[in-house]
Amino acid sequence: MMGLRSKDLLGLEHLTREEIELILDTAVPCKQIFTRDIRKLPTLRGKTMVNLFYEPSTRTRTSFELAGKWMSADVINIVASSSSVVKGESLKDTVRTLESLGANIVVMRHSAAGAPHFLAKSVEAAVVNAGDGAHEHPTQALLDLFTIRERKGRIEGLEVVIVGDILHSRVARSNIWGLTKLGASVTVVGPPTLIPPEIEKIGAKVSYDLDEAIRHADVINVLRIQLERQKKGLFPSMREYVSLYGINRERLTRAKEDVLVLHPGPANLGVEITQEVAESHCSAISEQVTNGVAVRMAILYLVSAGGKRHEAAS
Amino acid sequence: MKLLVKCAHVVDPINNIDDVRNIVIDGNRIESLETGEVSETLFDKVIDAAGLHAFPGLIDMHVHLREPGFEEKETIESGTRAAAAGGFTTVAAMPNTEPAIDNSAHVEYVRSRARHYGFCNVEVVGAITKRREGRELSEIGDLVQAGVVAISDDGNTVANSEIMRRAMEYLRMYDIPAIVHCEDESLSRDGVMNEGFNSTRLGLKGMPRLAEETIVARDVIMAEKLGARLHVAHVSTRGAVEIIRRAKERGARVTCEATPHHFSLTDDLIESYDANFKMNPPLRTHDDVLAILEGLRDGTIDAIASDHAPHTVEDKDVEFDYAPFGVIGLETTLTVSLTNLVSKNILPLPELIRKLSANPAKILGLTGRGHLSKGAIADVTLVDLNCERTIRSSEFESKARNTPFEGFRGVGVVRFVINSGRVVYDGQIVRA
Repeated sequence: MMGLRSKDLLGLEHLTREEIELILDTAVPCKQIFTRDIRKLPTLRGKTMVNLFYEPSTRTRTSFELAGKWMSADVINIVASSSSVVKGESLKDTVRTLESLGANIVVMRHSAAGAPHFLAKSVEAAVVNAGDGAHEHPTQALLDLFTIRERKGRIEGLEVVIVGDILHSRVARSNIWGLTKLGASVTVVGPPTLIPPEIEKIGAKVSYDLDEAIRHADVINVLRIQLERQKKGLFPSMREYVSLYGINRERLTRAKEDVLVLHPGPANLGVEITQEVAESHCSAISEQVTNGVAVRMAILYLVSAGGKRHEAAS
Repeated sequence: MKLLVKCAHVVDPINNIDDVRNIVIDGNRIESLETGEVSETLFDKVIDAAGLHAFPGLIDMHVHLREPGFEEKETIESGTRAAAAGGFTTVAAMPNTEPAIDNSAHVEYVRSRARHYGFCNVEVVGAITKRREGRELSEIGDLVQAGVVAISDDGNTVANSEIMRRAMEYLRMYDIPAIVHCEDESLSRDGVMNEGFNSTRLGLKGMPRLAEETIVARDVIMAEKLGARLHVAHVSTRGAVEIIRRAKERGARVTCEATPHHFSLTDDLIESYDANFKMNPPLRTHDDVLAILEGLRDGTIDAIASDHAPHTVEDKDVEFDYAPFGVIGLETTLTVSLTNLVSKNILPLPELIRKLSANPAKILGLTGRGHLSKGAIADVTLVDLNCERTIRSSEFESKARNTPFEGFRGVGVVRFVINSGRVVYDGQIVRA
């Protein structure tokens, strides 16, 4: 495996197992940078990387920015609101601007699913999806995989539970693709109103009963629950949600002793997860943040090394 | 002006004709279909149609001409040019323009523009409610006086059942149908594609089949109880087809139409996030396509209509979520229907022509059209069924390019279109 097949990283659905493993393996040496005195590698010197964020994000944007800077790329941040797009500044215009600026890598977050795919079709630059609508968030899933592999020593054969708002979650979708490609078994858990139709066809099992589902889980990935979903009538109250699907110490007593708890952040402590669990030895939430930088360094390196240009993502 | 169409293979389901005839046209009327020799010297113009099929002029009962209000997308002139190039001699223009066609003055505007600039006959559909807002009935009597052939708030459902009830009751005075766009918007709000596996996979907000089917059921029940004539536009789901099939079995005065994209394509195509596959109702699944094909075969679905919905390239070349709904179809409907229905033995040719001509004429009350009887309006579409074409939007007469059938290869090339006795298309548009 020499590199990635596509110039872009748009999602895990179209990556092969080998490509995913290549990214994870490349991230291992990248992580060593955290232990160095001088956190600077020359890898991306002379390359321009644009962080194009149409949705607010602190973690993902900072993580990409740091990854780019530590590898000596020139990093530009563009924070646009999705509303300005609606007002007439089209993504097409932005694409032309970025091309004129000579961007080599564009990291994009957008509230519209497929927006990075739209961008990738029209630019020479490598496009990295930093989250598109409810579609995919490949770098988050890759850092989750990296964290699981580091803590558990493997992914093949593990039982992974993803709990929460699966319907609106790009993290869940990317995780399902990645985990199942690497041989893990995935169960999504939440109320039926937050489970998207026919998700079984992607390869996940569905359960509405968290206590039952976590009994055999090696990993529990806890998703953020947003109050606005309740206002849209998707579940009756936050109180009921927390009682059915909140992760707390009492509930975890039913899980395996060495269960690993992940959360993509930012967590609503006391809602989908208690602070006690988030800070316990079974949580890898802080490591996820650190690993995120390493995984993104690996991705920036691999896409700048170029997949084959103009090859379709599929 | 006397026109002879020589040696055409005439397919006229109303008159049960399916063989070679000479079509004699006098002025704007059909004079006769002759089986024997006809002396050419008696005619001002002769079209040698040997090897071509002749159909009663095709009728597309669901078209958005966009004028007035959205002339950048399409005009009556460009839309009717597209119709002629696609083999259509009559289109029914939907009223979701700006302003909406909700009074007689607006109807007259469209009709007069069509008379001056049109390349086909344009029938007008009036709005059910003022400004298509679903709150107050339009002056339906006034609309009928002005010549509308149906009423519809197409694009919207009349969500308020009381208003819909009153519209149907009011229609007892007139023999025109209510054409309904069936969508419970509280179920489909913010949706951009069919809800199902692909919406889950692509992370796009789904529009459930339920949104269509619950309103089809409501309107069918209401029409039955209230005695109104109902035409369900663009059915797209198995459930909708089944509701209408059962209503017809009970004798309800219900008709419906399907579009070529709904009987040909599935939501798998949205993988590319290409907004030329975004329309409302959305592309559904293979199972729904099979149900629509079955509905076409067993007669549940009466008509094929394009739901020609032009948009500019700028409108469509954006993120999938932000693109408007709608695809064009006037210049693709015939080829796609011949290829996917007749060549694949879903429908015999005369049955296809019935759904593209006789049935829409009947539904819209156009007695002089949809057949080639003596005295009928001389609308004739001449097609080479042995010739293949590849659909290329760059060659369209329409202003718009938003087709989901780009690159589609199929049979059927329109050679001549005669509209009220005048040749409007002979391989290209013929100006008067």
